Amino acid sequence: MEKSMNVHYTHDKHNKVPFWTKARPYLIIAPSLLLTIGILVPFATAIFYSLTNYSFARQGYEFVALRNWQNILGSSVFWHSVKVTAQYGLLTTGLQMCIGLGVALLLMRENRYTKILRILLIFPLMIAPVIATLIWQLMLNNSVGIVEKFLNLFGVYNFPWASSPDTALMTAVMIDCWVYIPFVMLLMLAGLQSLPKSPFESAKIDGGSAWFTFRTLTLPMLKPFIFIALIFRLMAALQEYAIIFALTKGGPGNTLMNLSLTGYNTGFAFMKLGEALPYLLFLWAVIYFISSKLVKAWLKVQKQAAGN
Amino acid sequence: MIVSKKFKGIISAMLVVLIMASLVGCGKQEPAPGGGTATGGGGAATPSEGFSWDMASGSKIQVMFNQHTYADGIIQKIPEFEALTGIKVEYALTPEENYFDKLTTALNSRSGNPDIFMTGAYQLWQYAPAGYVADLTPFIEDPNMTNPDYNMDDFFPKIVDALKWDLVPGNKVGTGPQWALPIGFETNNLAYNKKVFEERGLEPPKTMEDLLKLTKELNEFDGPGTYALAIRGARNWGTIHAGYMTTYSNYGAVDFAVEDGKLVSKVNSPEAIEMTEMWVDLIKAGGSPSWSSYTWYQAGADFGAGKAAMLFDASCNGYFQNPDGASQEAGNLAWVSPPLPEGMTQINSNLWTWSLGMNEYSKNKTAAWLFMQYFTGPEYQLWAAINASAVDPARQSVFNDPEFQAVFAKSKGYAQAMEETVDGTTIQFTPQPHFFETTTEWAATLQDIVGGKYASVEEGMNALKVKMDQIVSDVVIE
Repeated sequence: MEKSMNVHYTHDKHNKVPFWTKARPYLIIAPSLLLTIGILVPFATAIFYSLTNYSFARQGYEFVALRNWQNILGSSVFWHSVKVTAQYGLLTTGLQMCIGLGVALLLMRENRYTKILRILLIFPLMIAPVIATLIWQLMLNNSVGIVEKFLNLFGVYNFPWASSPDTALMTAVMIDCWVYIPFVMLLMLAGLQSLPKSPFESAKIDGGSAWFTFRTLTLPMLKPFIFIALIFRLMAALQEYAIIFALTKGGPGNTLMNLSLTGYNTGFAFMKLGEALPYLLFLWAVIYFISSKLVKAWLKVQKQAAGN
Repeated sequence: MIVSKKFKGIISAMLVVLIMASLVGCGKQEPAPGGGTATGGGGAATPSEGFSWDMASGSKIQVMFNQHTYADGIIQKIPEFEALTGIKVEYALTPEENYFDKLTTALNSRSGNPDIFMTGAYQLWQYAPAGYVADLTPFIEDPNMTNPDYNMDDFFPKIVDALKWDLVPGNKVGTGPQWALPIGFETNNLAYNKKVFEERGLEPPKTMEDLLKLTKELNEFDGPGTYALAIRGARNWGTIHAGYMTTYSNYGAVDFAVEDGKLVSKVNSPEAIEMTEMWVDLIKAGGSPSWSSYTWYQAGADFGAGKAAMLFDASCNGYFQNPDGASQEAGNLAWVSPPLPEGMTQINSNLWTWSLGMNEYSKNKTAAWLFMQYFTGPEYQLWAAINASAVDPARQSVFNDPEFQAVFAKSKGYAQAMEETVDGTTIQFTPQPHFFETTTEWAATLQDIVGGKYASVEEGMNALKVKMDQIVSDVVIE
């Protein structure tokens, strides 16, 4: 009996996993866990406060359940901001993808001009969007702007640019494109340069036209890069704040009041944080949904491009 | 490796507790400190007998400034203040676009930092009810805390009273606790380019009808790219606060009235509609084509650059363009008091006052109060008015000082316009906690009216009234 007990004890001792061994996986993932907590805590806090009437302008707050959410869903201001967000996001991303790809294709040729242009064309990326907007504001100014002076040569005076509800969106989209087309162009250029040469040489030998080669070779093989650019640009365009705020503060009237600006104004300028958070959480949900779909699509085209 | 379910459970529980603790921590409401006492707040010796500049020696205070000429003057003199008091001053300077957002967040943290901040009166209508701002009255009334030479009576009464409010929405400023002290103020008047006027044999306008006539006449006065009248138009409260509100009050219009314990918007009254029609006519007849993006900065810059013949804005905006080398048109600028509607004689003007407020949660209130005294006191104010372009001083002694009068005299008509306007200069808005939301909506509607969204000004103002009533619907006046 005594022997049997000893054997049993020895067996337990050998199989007991030391604490540090058990904790090791958790220690390894600790940095990413902390990062996740760093993201989750503000997010959970935001959800919590969206269910309250929290305001910077008074002490204390009350739980109001879904009242803030009900209010914004029934508000024309909210749906207008959704419309502006969608218009801005789709227009800027669409234009940037097309022009960025076009410029990248042009820069694929090897000569001294393209070498210089590849450097010059990334200059806008080095400027903060808000500074770029202020520079454009000066250039578009009807009194002193260089663009105005240029248009004067063609008999166009006092073009309204950001001052008119009819042209404000176009002006903001134009500035956004100026800032971010180089980003798309760079990604596309990197993609184009990484493509294998042999399929293109074969197509050339077989007498395939440029359009045929582009449609059947370049575009399918470039898809993973196109999707990466699309994910980055669409996400950022849907959240855009700096360019619109610096240009018109959302005006004229409510013309450019997208979800970010409406949420920010409600939360900080008007101090109603509880009412502002549903705008920003809704924007987050939209972006999360779209980005998860795009990432899945990207993984799929990446497999296709790799021949899997 | 096999990890027990129990171990996983412990880790999960710890994470949940951590997240919940963080949430609770974020939402924690600190009780307000014993508010409004001159001796409130620790960190500095509380004097018992007699005032002394070194009574808080060894303290350190944090100050938040908006990037402005008034702040530049104070920053220049901080070393002298530190030498006099033994108080160490640290400061942050933030551009106006983001200043109040940053300040609101800092005050909301209730950490006591900053101890002192630059503010306007409108912001106090939000900060004071929230308990962020210390009542200065106990400090002012305590002879142990306040320099005998400080002289509160020296301030222009309407300027210093604009920073008093009893916290009741709808009640005018001028009664209740003193929430801040002025370092300068801005009234609104009409600045014009005298060279342009003299070349054309024109006289500055006395009435709004004269102003409209001149605006039509002076549009493109120097070819394409030039225009008659620079005014603000950006989508924020500043557009309503300056020339617009001044003229609005001169037409006898008001923003709100109190009816049955509620605030009711009056922006669609006949006077308000008539005034807004005139304002829209001015913009269309000779305002900047980029009007809807113009803040005070663009309006002043165009006037100084000779692109605009007139500027209807804050008094100091044009003034900053006039000293030698400040702008292309420096020396050519002149001023008259705000044009009035036909038949009116009483000049009203809306007031803006940059001032210093104290954080209710400051841990260094004695030191903070010494800072406020020094920089709102007569000696510094005179120096700043003469040497640091702190024009429109809030103190009468500075305004009447011969040396300052000599500085004023370099700008034709400025002193006279100021003298004619100062008595009617007060806050023309009704104090209420949704000031920034209602005035931003007002500016957006004005942009829509000018942009042609509404068939008439009346239609636009009717729509605005509905929105403003909705915004203030939660304000109950007891």
